[in-house]
Amino acid sequence: MQFASYDPENFYDETFESRGRPRPGCTLVMEKIASLTDGEFKRRQQAAERVLLDMGVTFGVQGEATGQEHIFPFDIVPRIVEASVWERLERGLRQRVTALNCFLQDVYHDKKIIKDGILPGDLVASSKGFLKACEGLNPPKGIWCHIAGIDLVRVTDGTFYVLEDNMRCPSGVAYVLEARQVMKRTFPELFEASRVRPVDEYPGRLLDTLQCLTDRPDPTVVILTPGIYNSAYYEHSLLARKMGVELVEGADLVVVDGFVQMRTTRGLKRVDVIYRRVNDEFLDPLVFREESLLGVPGLMDVYRKGRVALANAPGTGVADDKAIYAYVEKFIRYYLGEEPVIPNVPTYLCSDEKDRAYVLDHLDQLVIKATNEAGGRGMLIGSQASRREREEFAGRILADPRNYIAQPVLALSRVPTICGDHFEGRHVDLRPYILYGRDIHVMPGGLTRVALKKGSLVVNSCQGGGNKDTWVLS
Amino acid sequence: MLSRVASAIYWMNRYIERAENYARFIDVRLTLTLDLPEGTAEQWDPLVRTTGDDAVFAGRFGKPTKENVIRFLAADTDNPNSILSCLSAARQNARSVREIISSEMWEQVNRSYLTVTDAVSSGRFMQNPQGFFAEVKMASHLFGGITDATMSHGEGWHFGRLGRLLERADKTSRILDVKYFILLPDVSDVGTPFDNIQWSALLKSASALEMYRKHAGRITPHQVVEFLIFNPNFPRAIRYCLIKGEDSLHAILGSDGGAGQNLAGRRLGRLRADLDYADIGEITAQGLHEFLDNLQAELNRVGDAIFEAFFALRPVEGAMIKGDIQ
Repeated sequence: MQFASYDPENFYDETFESRGRPRPGCTLVMEKIASLTDGEFKRRQQAAERVLLDMGVTFGVQGEATGQEHIFPFDIVPRIVEASVWERLERGLRQRVTALNCFLQDVYHDKKIIKDGILPGDLVASSKGFLKACEGLNPPKGIWCHIAGIDLVRVTDGTFYVLEDNMRCPSGVAYVLEARQVMKRTFPELFEASRVRPVDEYPGRLLDTLQCLTDRPDPTVVILTPGIYNSAYYEHSLLARKMGVELVEGADLVVVDGFVQMRTTRGLKRVDVIYRRVNDEFLDPLVFREESLLGVPGLMDVYRKGRVALANAPGTGVADDKAIYAYVEKFIRYYLGEEPVIPNVPTYLCSDEKDRAYVLDHLDQLVIKATNEAGGRGMLIGSQASRREREEFAGRILADPRNYIAQPVLALSRVPTICGDHFEGRHVDLRPYILYGRDIHVMPGGLTRVALKKGSLVVNSCQGGGNKDTWVLS
Repeated sequence: MLSRVASAIYWMNRYIERAENYARFIDVRLTLTLDLPEGTAEQWDPLVRTTGDDAVFAGRFGKPTKENVIRFLAADTDNPNSILSCLSAARQNARSVREIISSEMWEQVNRSYLTVTDAVSSGRFMQNPQGFFAEVKMASHLFGGITDATMSHGEGWHFGRLGRLLERADKTSRILDVKYFILLPDVSDVGTPFDNIQWSALLKSASALEMYRKHAGRITPHQVVEFLIFNPNFPRAIRYCLIKGEDSLHAILGSDGGAGQNLAGRRLGRLRADLDYADIGEITAQGLHEFLDNLQAELNRVGDAIFEAFFALRPVEGAMIKGDIQ
């Protein structure tokens, strides 16, 4: 299929420098794709979709009929990241995760950053992700965020920015692993010739990360899932399979004799490390939400006594708060004495009087985000909204300013994407995954999410986004 | 192995086996239709009675026409035992244990489910029922073969085989019952060519005709019943199912001989021993239908004991529960 008619327009295109001229790292792939007849290209795309369907690579959408699954829209044109670009991103991600971990340890202990006047205390106190029950907690090895997913975007001049941090239960890594498998079947000849860095070692690294949280020999590691109706269930199951650990639900676990134990066909068995994919507030009905059926009564007590490890530690949600996000560059300077490698997107806090006035005056030029929402919910893209929508959001901001931030509308970079019988540019972001155990490991790859609708900037899977394989070159 | 996981593997296998056997039920009925005298050809209600779901059927569909019965047994999402419901349940179970079973097993369950949903939504299952039922049977065979060839024959596999064999024992007994229900043995028919046609159709629906011929040659009702109940080597015969099922239960309980103390082990052992020592004469004296009825009840009791021993999530003594104060 040909790229002759493909126009990068005025956006940063990840693949083409200019019309008809692929970037250096992309030449091989583009030549290969261009050399395939339309029929052959379509056949490979369909074969890839068929494989995903057979593998059941699906996700559910919350709010829809329970258990409804969708095939993640997938496109066989990869997104390519050059080695030199990646080297810088990796450095920046390590730096950011290190600083965020320092912040979490501080904010649940001495709160020096507040005392030193860097971060307003009321912003922490009013954060829904800040859990009183976690104050004074000492997670094993002093690590809070073992698994992080940090969303990056790239703008017209090629600069990467951090769009948001996900320190609770970032999902999507399963799609990265499966997308790669599918791509290897789709373009075996390209993998031989390209210098694509492998992502397959992620499950092994994740297991190492989890195992290092306990000193018990031959520890029992489990993944705690909310169950098959959770939108990321597929991922929980895939990771359990790839790591060879048990996938458990809340009802499979019970606290007996001061330890967390799982119910097996041969009685109870002690659990040492829990990679929990259940949100903080559902972890333990004795401490958090009382009505939760997804958690384990007594879990937090065992955790506090250091008799079980949880990844990520409860309480990390405070770092995902989009108002706290606005301070992460300051965290990096404060805790590490370094300049941030990857900048934040300029952010206006609606809780700040001056910022708020500016935001209300410039709604049509800004993106408004609720500080505690994820998945593209509670968001307004001012330039694409109607006057009535903007007015409605202005009302919401005035009613609860703490709950909103604003950022300029970014012209996200694009990647050629299959649209029927030709390619068109579609906006993408990038979520790399970072493991924090004995050391910090950044997976050389990540989830490239694509906004499939023409002109759309919303890449979330539950809002019509698709995905692509991300090739980090060596 | 987690109790929940063991339960999911056990039920996944039962559901797939159930779907296969429903396909067999309807298939034998369709085959018989071709040979039945006029007037009886349209009696489809006996088939529903064999499944034990006749009350549900009557309430929802009313008239037992061929079309209604096939729809109810194959494609009705409100009938929890229909082929479609079984494969959907099998798939749900498979999803919940994907990390335990092999990828190949999951892909086969997923594919079977997608095939059946497609056949139902396109109406293909009604236009060409025999083709459809052949597909359902093949899907189950594939699953069995893939399971045996790609999953370690450890605890999980044994739970799967146990589920499959208990389900099969129950359903073979019901296939035998189809004959009873469809045509109460009419003395004048016994031994006639017409009677023989029916018995061979029944054997065929259990994929047993050829093996039976090698074993017994001539078709006589006595020997057919004996073959499907007592044969220790034919994989759809009830006794075979119980012998191998007991092997799996012993493997699960371990070599320390927990079988004697375990209620499921005792019940299954007794049932298997009954078949070891019973003979066709006793069955005839008792009445075939009554014998099968009793057998089905005993199989249910074995299933209940398995649930109690391995799957039930009972409160644990000393465990922290909701309402405890910290």
